[in-house]
Amino acid sequence: MPKAPNLPENQVTDPALYLRRREFLRTSAAAGAALAAGLPALAACGSENPSEARADAPEPKSPPPSLGPVTPAPARFRAEDPLTPEKDAKSYNNFYEMGTGKDDPARNAHRLRTEPWSVSLTGEIAKPGVIALEDLLRPHPLEERIYRLRCVEAWSMVIPWVGVPLGDIIRRLNPGSKARYVAFETLLDPEQLPGQKRRVLDWPYREGLRMDEAMHPLTILAVGMYGQSLPGQNGAPLRLVVPWKYGFKSIKSIVGIRLQAEEPVTAWNQSAPGEYGFYANVNPEVSHPRWSQARERRIGDWRKRPTLPFNGYGEQVAALYAGMDLRRNF
Amino acid sequence: MKLGGRPARIAVASAGLIPLAWGLFDLATDGLGPEPVEAITHRTGSWALRMLLLSLSITPLRKALGAPGLTPHRRTFGLLAFLYATMHFTTYLALDLDFRLGGLAEDIRERPFITVGFTVWVLLAPLALTSTRGSIRRLGKRWQVLHRAVYPAAILAAIHFVWSAKADLLEPGIYAGVLAVLLGIRGVNRFGQKRSNYATIRRARSPDETHAQGAGGKDQEGDPQAVPTANPYPKGKTP
Repeated sequence: MPKAPNLPENQVTDPALYLRRREFLRTSAAAGAALAAGLPALAACGSENPSEARADAPEPKSPPPSLGPVTPAPARFRAEDPLTPEKDAKSYNNFYEMGTGKDDPARNAHRLRTEPWSVSLTGEIAKPGVIALEDLLRPHPLEERIYRLRCVEAWSMVIPWVGVPLGDIIRRLNPGSKARYVAFETLLDPEQLPGQKRRVLDWPYREGLRMDEAMHPLTILAVGMYGQSLPGQNGAPLRLVVPWKYGFKSIKSIVGIRLQAEEPVTAWNQSAPGEYGFYANVNPEVSHPRWSQARERRIGDWRKRPTLPFNGYGEQVAALYAGMDLRRNF
Repeated sequence: MKLGGRPARIAVASAGLIPLAWGLFDLATDGLGPEPVEAITHRTGSWALRMLLLSLSITPLRKALGAPGLTPHRRTFGLLAFLYATMHFTTYLALDLDFRLGGLAEDIRERPFITVGFTVWVLLAPLALTSTRGSIRRLGKRWQVLHRAVYPAAILAAIHFVWSAKADLLEPGIYAGVLAVLLGIRGVNRFGQKRSNYATIRRARSPDETHAQGAGGKDQEGDPQAVPTANPYPKGKTP
């Protein structure tokens, strides 16, 4: 019998209530999308923030974490490459929920309301429920990580993140023995995320990791970058960062974390299974069907540079995939 | 000012070079964003396709307006398309591939998306080279046959654009739609032309009708028996 997680009882919503609410949210959002921006009243149903469902939870006590003290990145979590200019990292984004153009997310980010924000924790854990973001993070000191980010589109950046190791959070949830994967879900709300009005992907965006990947010390849940809170276009207020995988694995604006036995369905894999695998480890030897992954352009450079296996984190993570055919499990 | 006169041609060509000037200005003033190479690739590719579509719209427009003076602009837009396509290809060759011809060969061989794009450029090159008056004269009828390559080139260019999209097909879809309309107009015209040709033949063969009422009349109620050899598809029974 696993120990109860470190969550005060009064901050946990009855999961059944929460799930019903999400169902309603999903249905109304889908209807709104179908009507293609007509009937604003109906579309507005989707704009409800998940945290508003915490009818039985106390008032949100504090605003989401303004970045207080941050532990500087130790050498093993600090890429030596020069940082990408902050304005580039905050203006050249793939976040289809805010539009498919690279500059759309920065333009649309003001619609996203990140306060209050809560995250539903479900599946094979001791105490499923919905928790306010600040309560989820409170027990964990914030850490800086300087990671390379390699997009599947063959460009890359070097970003100083601020966050907490996902493994530390998962341990606190007391996962059961059946928890073999972690599934993540982005907020579904076409009013705040107008890109969801068009069905470019099967919203909400979903991603997932194998348990050992999620527990790996490189994997973090980020709440900030460049010493400040995450801007909307970079996945505020809570996003995943998995530096040895293509960027699309690092899901943004997370409202749901679920521990489960089966490999989760993931958005890009579902959209084009031949092009985007579940693992999506950076691998210069396995081409995307339409372009080579052997080289990448660091944002700010004119020419391309070679891409490193596991984005240069092979020493730390290659062992996770020992014996696996990485060509098949791309 | 005459529609196809020299001043008009110069005006159209200059207008067609505005996107280039605009791009160079952005390049010089840091206006291409954090990833200028992607911006250059995307802009040159889009303008190549736009110019190709403009070139293909001249003939239908000329017919619709009864303005034969428009004809010279077809060449201008075609050459502009080739210019932008060449910049597009060169950007990819220089900045994506570092001029590594092995990389180019691998891409063309293994990535249909690139194969298709490269084919467009290869198809357009001879058209650009034979766009002079001298070539038109020298090649005679063969010139027209050669320049029909613009149709497969345009279709492949639209496919290349659609294929370049990750998930959002809206923009490439619009271009493909415009191309479909432009090709559709030609299909309809061609079909109509055939029918009027048959009508002419029919009148010519008809024993009791020695006076032609003017080729291309639209009101001949067809008697299928009247065109036993020339028309395999009698009116109203198109395949």
